[in-house]
This record gives sequence, structure tokens and C-alpha cells, in this order.
Amino acid sequence: MDANAIYVLWLRDMKRFIRAKSRIIGMLMMPVFFLLGLGLGLGSLVHLSGGGSYLEFIVPGIIGMTLLFTSISSGTAVLWDRQFGFLKEIMVTPNSRTSIIFGRVLGGATTAVLQSILVVIISMLVGFNIHWSGITVLAVVFMFLIAATFISLGITLGSMINDFQGFQLVTNFFTLPLFFLSNGIFPLSSLPAVVEAVSFANPLTYGIDGLRNTLTGSGTFAPLWVDFTGAAISAVIMIMIAAYTFGKTDVG
Amino acid sequence: MVNVIEVERLHKEFGSLKAVDGISFYVQEGEIFGFLGPNGAGKTTTIKMLTTLLKPTSGKASVAGYSIAENPKEVRKNIGIVFQDPSLDEDLTGRENLEFHAILYKIGKERRDKKIAEVLKLIELEDKADVLVKNYSGGMKRRLEIGRGLVHEPRVLFLDEPTLGLDVQTRRHIWEYIKRLNDTGKVTLILTTHYIEEADYLADRVAFVDHGKIVALDTPQALKDKLGGDVVSIEVHKEIDNLHRHLKKFKWVKTITKHEGYLDLTVDEGEKKIPEIIMLAQKQGIAVGSASIHKPSLEDVFIHYTGKSIREEESAGWKGRIRAVHMRRNR
Repeated sequence: MDANAIYVLWLRDMKRFIRAKSRIIGMLMMPVFFLLGLGLGLGSLVHLSGGGSYLEFIVPGIIGMTLLFTSISSGTAVLWDRQFGFLKEIMVTPNSRTSIIFGRVLGGATTAVLQSILVVIISMLVGFNIHWSGITVLAVVFMFLIAATFISLGITLGSMINDFQGFQLVTNFFTLPLFFLSNGIFPLSSLPAVVEAVSFANPLTYGIDGLRNTLTGSGTFAPLWVDFTGAAISAVIMIMIAAYTFGKTDVG
Repeated sequence: MVNVIEVERLHKEFGSLKAVDGISFYVQEGEIFGFLGPNGAGKTTTIKMLTTLLKPTSGKASVAGYSIAENPKEVRKNIGIVFQDPSLDEDLTGRENLEFHAILYKIGKERRDKKIAEVLKLIELEDKADVLVKNYSGGMKRRLEIGRGLVHEPRVLFLDEPTLGLDVQTRRHIWEYIKRLNDTGKVTLILTTHYIEEADYLADRVAFVDHGKIVALDTPQALKDKLGGDVVSIEVHKEIDNLHRHLKKFKWVKTITKHEGYLDLTVDEGEKKIPEIIMLAQKQGIAVGSASIHKPSLEDVFIHYTGKSIREEESAGWKGRIRAVHMRRNR
């Protein structure tokens, strides 16, 4: 493992994040609309069976959505780097491709977590209450695991697909089902049993429930340790798949 | 002299296409070695194999004493590359591009700062170092890329078409940098180009590449001397093959090559041969459009070996213009 390569790729993402202010605002637009439309608008009509406000239910879901969307689309970075030749510059250096993947995941995940924290702050402004406790900070860990999982998915797709339009199409195919079957906007128990079973295989289910457990003090799906195990295992598997596919890409 | 690169029967096939077809050569330490050939001749593919970006189909090669197949990581530590296509991060500043590169090569902070200052001075970008690369001109970007290739002090620097798409002035400028690099450091340079003048001006030795093979390899001067005498170019619009056959018979015609409406003859005392050639053509009833004489250039040598001008690969517009320049200069 080459720590220098991981560090430099992370640093590069940080510099780009700080410089691209318009992109940060653009990325925040969708979660804000969801927050207002679903959390406040639809929330006044919805009554949860277990009590509590719908806003409280949906904020972890919106954070999960922000992480999912930003992370998958960070796979386009692979495409851009290939387009602009920077990928070659990295690939001819004496660093392992696995280190390059780690650097990318770390940089992308830090960016996505920073954005999610911004979403949490905005949610608090419109009335979301964090249930502060000893495990609240673990929310950041879940954010990180969700981001790592889906950045790896983005890198995997970005390594296999060479054109931007194709990439867009395929990621759209992934993102909506992943989001709808994740207990993000409604509890899984309201789904038919077959569909519910499918959503057990969805990494985002564990991630969002983990956020719910840590931020609001009560999950709707499983205890915290199950959430953590599920999210961590998916992250590790997805990083390995990304390292494998990226290792096989042709730079020439 | 130490051989810093040794290549033995290197092949690369893409399906049924033989991109590189059994190339063998060596490069000595401190040399500027030029690969000259038209687009698609296999120059870039060779460079990609030597820089470990592409695996050869068969054959052996070593760079800086390490096998490209068995020890790619060591090869990478010892080489720098300036790619044909730009490969900078345009959202970073010039200095950041150099810094990131240095960190990727594990160069410590102190040496990094010193080396970057040195490189920035060499490529004359000191005052633009903290500007985002997207605001650089084409020539500045190219200089930055060449500088970046040097930050980690490689033993061998590969330059793949270093002046492609640059205007004539910037090209001259880049040539001066490359010369200076080679003069001041001990870095060995491998250069690919399809600009004749570039290879002639820069390279200590030139390999002509055509259809994946090296067709000739020597110093530019030795290559030109092989043709010897003068080159007489005869422009013929009709019955060029007829005249070609006819002239071939004469002993004083050392070589004769036909290309795009011209017959190029190498002869001694060319100025006396021109009237003779025109008379011979008239006897056959063939009209000569124009005739010119010049000392053999590297381009003539290339035509001699491959039967075509390196520029025939380029677009028609280019061809006309370059031909015009060519004629004017040789008058």
C-alpha cells in the first residue's frame, strides 16, 4: 500500500471540493427540495404508526439519498480523468492500483460526508431534532460506510463504461431502485414480503437505518450492530470489486 | 557507454493488426533518440510498451536495467513520460500539479520544494506557478508537462510528440528546452515525432518507423550521407511512370523515388543534370512542370526508405502548404 498516493488523491479531492462552490450548492439543491417537499409538505399528511413526526423519519433517508447520489456520480471522476489524460499520469507512477482506489474512495467519501453534514445542518434549521446521545457521532461512521460503498460502485461502473451517456443511463438504473427499496422514505414493513426480502440485500437499507438509530435514537429495521455489520461488509466487498475492475482497466 | 534501453524483437498485435512488428534497438545513456514516422507507424505503441502501460505480445525490453515484463515498478521509478495527449489536472495550479507528481514519487518535502523551484525556473513558469492550469496557453501547458516529467529526476524521459499541435514559434521554444535538458542533466531522451525538422534538430540518432518496423537507424548526418550528392525533384503531371522507367536506366541516377506527382533523383552535380533530365523528358514527349535541386534532407532519406513522404499522411490542405514552403526554401 502506498500511503503517499492515497494522501495525494485525497488532497486533490479536497482542493477541488473547496474550489467548486457552485457544485456544492448544486448538490445541495435536491436534498433541500426533498426536505421541504416530503419532510414538511407530505409530512403534514402522514401519520406514522409508531408515532413521531415524518420529518424525523425522513431526514436520515434524505441523508442516505444525498450520499447515494453524490457517491455514485463520483464514478464520473474516473471518466473525466481518463478524458483529460490525468489517469495515465497516475497510472505510470510506481504506485499500486489498489492504493489509487483507496485514495479515490477516501477523497470521495470525505467530500460526501461533508455534504451530508451540511444537509443535517439544514434539516435542523427546518425543525429536525437530533436525539443527542453517546452514539450520535457514529452517524459519521455510517455516512462514511454508505459513501465508500457507492463510490466503489461508481468507480466499478466508471471503469467498465467508457462514455458519459452510457454511465449516466446505467447509474440511473441503479440509483432509484436502491433508494426506494432502502426504507428511506417509507418503512420496509409496509412493503409486500417479496420486495421486503429484496431490500434486505440493499446496503443502503443498513446504512439509513444506522443513521436513524444514531441520529433519532430509534431505528425501524434492525439493532445498531446489525446495521453496522451490514454497512461495513457491503463497503469492504464493494471496495474489493472496485479495486479488481479498476486494476483491469486499460489506460492506453 | 551504458545502454539504458535494450529492445529485442518487440511485437504488439491488436487482433490481426500488427502495430509493432519486431522492433530491436538500443539507446545509450545521455542520448537523444528519435523515432520518426507517420501517424499510425507504431511509435506511440512502442512507447506505451516501454513505459509499462501496455503489455507486448512478444519480445523483450529493458529500461534502466529492469525488464518491462518482470519489474514494471522499478521501470516506472526510473522513467518520466510526457504523453502525446495532455494529462494535467486543469483544476489545479501549475505548482500543485508538480507537487502532486512529486508526492506520487515519494519525494520528501525539502527536496520536493527545491526540485519544483528548479523545474519552474527551467520551464520559465515561475510567475505563473500559482495560476490554475485551465488558464494556461497551449505552450505553457506543454512546458509544464515536460517540467513535470523531470521533477522526480528520471534516468529516461519519454517525449511522445512533444510539440504536436503547437505553433512554429512555441515549437522552437520547446526544442530549446529539450536541448538544454539534455545538455545540463544526464537524462536520456526518447522522442517520437512526425516532424522531420524536430528529429533532425534534436536527435543524436534517428530510427525511421514505418508499418511497425524500423526501416533505418543512424545519426541524421549519416542517414543523409548515405544518399549523397544532390536531390533533384522533377514535377511531372502526366506519364510519370513512363519517365520513371526511362530515367531508371541511367547509371548516373543513384536512386529514384516517385511520390505524389514528383520524381526525386539522387545524382552527383545535380545542377548539370537538370537540363539533361528535361531534355530526356521532352524526347519522350513528357512535359516537366518544375524542377528543383537541394542537398538531401532527412525527408529525402525517409522517402528513399519508405517510398513515400511522411507528410502524405497529413490532410490535403497541409500537404499543399508544406510543399509550397518546402519548394521555396530549397530554391
